Amino acid sequence: MSILIDERTTFIVQGITGREAVNLTRECLDYGKGAQIVGGVTPGRRGREVHGVPVFDTVEQVVAHHGSPIDGSVVTVPPAFTRDAVFEAIEAGIKLIVIVTERIPRGDVAQMVELATLRGARIIGPNCLGIIVPDVIKMGGIGGPARNAAQAYTPGPIGVISRSGGMTTEMSSTLSAAGLGQSTAVSIGGDAIIGSTYAELMPLFAADPQTEGIVIYSEPGGRMEAQLAEWVVANGDPLPIVAFMAGRFMDEMPGMSFGHAGTIVEGKEDTTAEKIARLQAAGIAVAERIEDIPEMLRELLSQRQRSALAAAGSSTEGSA
Amino acid sequence: MRVDGTFIAVEVSEQAAADQELARRLAEVCPVDIFRLRTAAAESGGSADALEIVAENVDECVLCRLCLDTAPAGAVKVIKLYDNEALLA
Amino acid sequence: MRFFEYEAREIVRRAGIPVTDFGFAKTPAEAREIAQRIGGPVVIKSQVLSGGRMKAGGVRFADSPEEAEAHAQAILALEIGGHMPRGVLVDPKAEVEQEYYAGVVWDGTRKLPVMIFSPVGGIDIEQVAAEQPEQVGRRHISTILPLSDFAAKETIARAGVSGGELTKIVPILRRLAELFLRYDMTLAEINPLGRLPDGSFVALDAHMEIENEARGRQRELLLELGVDPTETRQAREATPFEIAGEEVDSSDHRGVAGNVTEFDGNLGLVIGAGGGSLTLFDAVRAHGGRPANYCEIGGNPSVRKAAGLAKLVLSKPGVERIAVMMSIVSNTRVDIVARGVIKACLELGYDPAEKIAFFRIPGAWEEEGFKILQKYGIDYADRSVSLNEAARRAVEKIQGANEEAVR
Ligand code: SF4
Repeated sequence: MSILIDERTTFIVQGITGREAVNLTRECLDYGKGAQIVGGVTPGRRGREVHGVPVFDTVEQVVAHHGSPIDGSVVTVPPAFTRDAVFEAIEAGIKLIVIVTERIPRGDVAQMVELATLRGARIIGPNCLGIIVPDVIKMGGIGGPARNAAQAYTPGPIGVISRSGGMTTEMSSTLSAAGLGQSTAVSIGGDAIIGSTYAELMPLFAADPQTEGIVIYSEPGGRMEAQLAEWVVANGDPLPIVAFMAGRFMDEMPGMSFGHAGTIVEGKEDTTAEKIARLQAAGIAVAERIEDIPEMLRELLSQRQRSALAAAGSSTEGSA
Repeated sequence: MRVDGTFIAVEVSEQAAADQELARRLAEVCPVDIFRLRTAAAESGGSADALEIVAENVDECVLCRLCLDTAPAGAVKVIKLYDNEALLA
Repeated sequence: MRFFEYEAREIVRRAGIPVTDFGFAKTPAEAREIAQRIGGPVVIKSQVLSGGRMKAGGVRFADSPEEAEAHAQAILALEIGGHMPRGVLVDPKAEVEQEYYAGVVWDGTRKLPVMIFSPVGGIDIEQVAAEQPEQVGRRHISTILPLSDFAAKETIARAGVSGGELTKIVPILRRLAELFLRYDMTLAEINPLGRLPDGSFVALDAHMEIENEARGRQRELLLELGVDPTETRQAREATPFEIAGEEVDSSDHRGVAGNVTEFDGNLGLVIGAGGGSLTLFDAVRAHGGRPANYCEIGGNPSVRKAAGLAKLVLSKPGVERIAVMMSIVSNTRVDIVARGVIKACLELGYDPAEKIAFFRIPGAWEEEGFKILQKYGIDYADRSVSLNEAARRAVEKIQGANEEAVR
């Protein structure tokens, strides 16, 4: 299985007539089993088609046209219009929203997340590339054209969560080359406030029978890693996790932002040194190099297997 | 008419280059503006061509084939100078 | 972007929060005039964005306009934390009975703004929170419900404050939260908030930061405050090299090839995208390399733009070679970046095989890209070589060359 999406997932693309959105639509239609993109929205463009996907003026029109609830939306409208587009999707009953747009002010993101929480919807992003279930479906630009995505992502037992879209693919490709496929890879976005953090996706991965281990890509800035460490401790460490921490050089450069908007060292908690310490204290393995991740993960997986066997053995003894 | 960049060369047959309508369509389809309609002023300068190949944009060619699909077979050639003058097909 | 204190106080004043009768002066004579108008003892405060003004001698007290003028003169010539002051703030020396703290910041974990209040003001709130946590009240506020007084009331009450103080501070804290949301602030702080002998409250100092992404829609506020739209107010001012990087990036709307930061090494970096750049920069340093710059390429830039960035890096004094490396690309094209960096070398009269220490960009259009690299004899690798290994090879090459030169 996968998390968040599967082959039955239906979604729309808001801002579908934009240059990047046209490409993204093509990629998603071509990838895996072919995404069910049931419509696109660009105000004033009703009646057009993008790669065979009908375009409407409003989300309400797509829902009416489709005739039943739609699962998701990929939002690729300019920053000034994103909040409105996301509100529209949420109020039309859509429960999974992937926001690709970057440079959205935090106040708007907070409003979108707050409304989503009220309505029981989930937001991935902003400033992200979306979600991919290898060989099945992708929702967003993650992995690029179908052919490129197929080269990097393979199905398997590892869940990937990354603050960088490009690094989601780089890490998954490394895992694939080592024979470790992915259950689902999620690019969660690089902003200071995002819809779904590591800790908020962990329960889904923990509940997914296919997922046996997790790889995360992490950066300076924010408390997301500390939150993950807390989650792992509070929930009895259900899955082995290997983390990779980029941007170590930024520890010496307070106040400067590199890479993503959320990547800035303002206080001690933001530094990679502090984050690594917190992750390790919670039992999360931190890789120095990406190429070390598969081996570390294998080691952790077999450790778990051994202790599971041992536990099964001792419980049989106990009952005997 | 052929214009060479560092990596790409674009060649248009004499006949195609004189075709006003084709020139207009080529200028429209190329995403990196390699084709341009020759302005009336430049035209009076003597050339009979309706089309101009924009030299400074030739290396921007993204190999999308749109120009090939627009023109009659063989009328436009996109040449990869880095690949033994292989033609974009 | 941070505001100077005089701007922050003006924002506070506009929000309907009482402030002192302060003035902003750019010259000693202006400072004297303001002191005269105030007509009593004043405080002269340097207007710089760096902290530690008090320690550096950037805050002085004056009893007369003449003294105010003399202090202003001294402070205006005083560099603090590498920055010259923009001017001085002349403030009446208020008789304060107690100092409080009021602030609003984002909580990225809860994804909501949080109001913070403490009856212990005038010092760093983090210190108060660590030493006297019972004296700090916190409360998250909604970004979609209208802001209501009770939230401010709860925050203040949680800090153990009651009576007339509580009711008088409620509108101040509520207005502070309102301005935080209305003006897209990432930090809005009044510290200290002073209680005067007559029981009224006044903001004695304020600290505001606005989100860069919102500067466009807050144009009006910035204009009214006299903030130049091109001002970045980074922790470190941009160098001419970095400004040139901005120009490369804005020269063409397609893709990104910029976000340049200058370092003083000998290995120029043409790297991307966000996460890949961070990873590669770390890797170069881990192998003992000395990067000449940080930068980012992404979003499928044109050949011209990639060439512009590579030229800029190649022309930087001290740069011996460049390394062109990215995490697997799916939108940006390998062949386009390859063309760009080779073009940059050729146009500067360099042999690309010599100048490009290593090229590692796998992904979209890599077959075409690798053909180009082969033709020019450039050392390159596909995805089977990790980012870390690519960085190692680039560093090795530049250090190998240096060792040879020494011999
Ligand atoms: S292949 Fe595409 S980019 Fe190249 S010249 Fe033709 S239309 Fe322009």
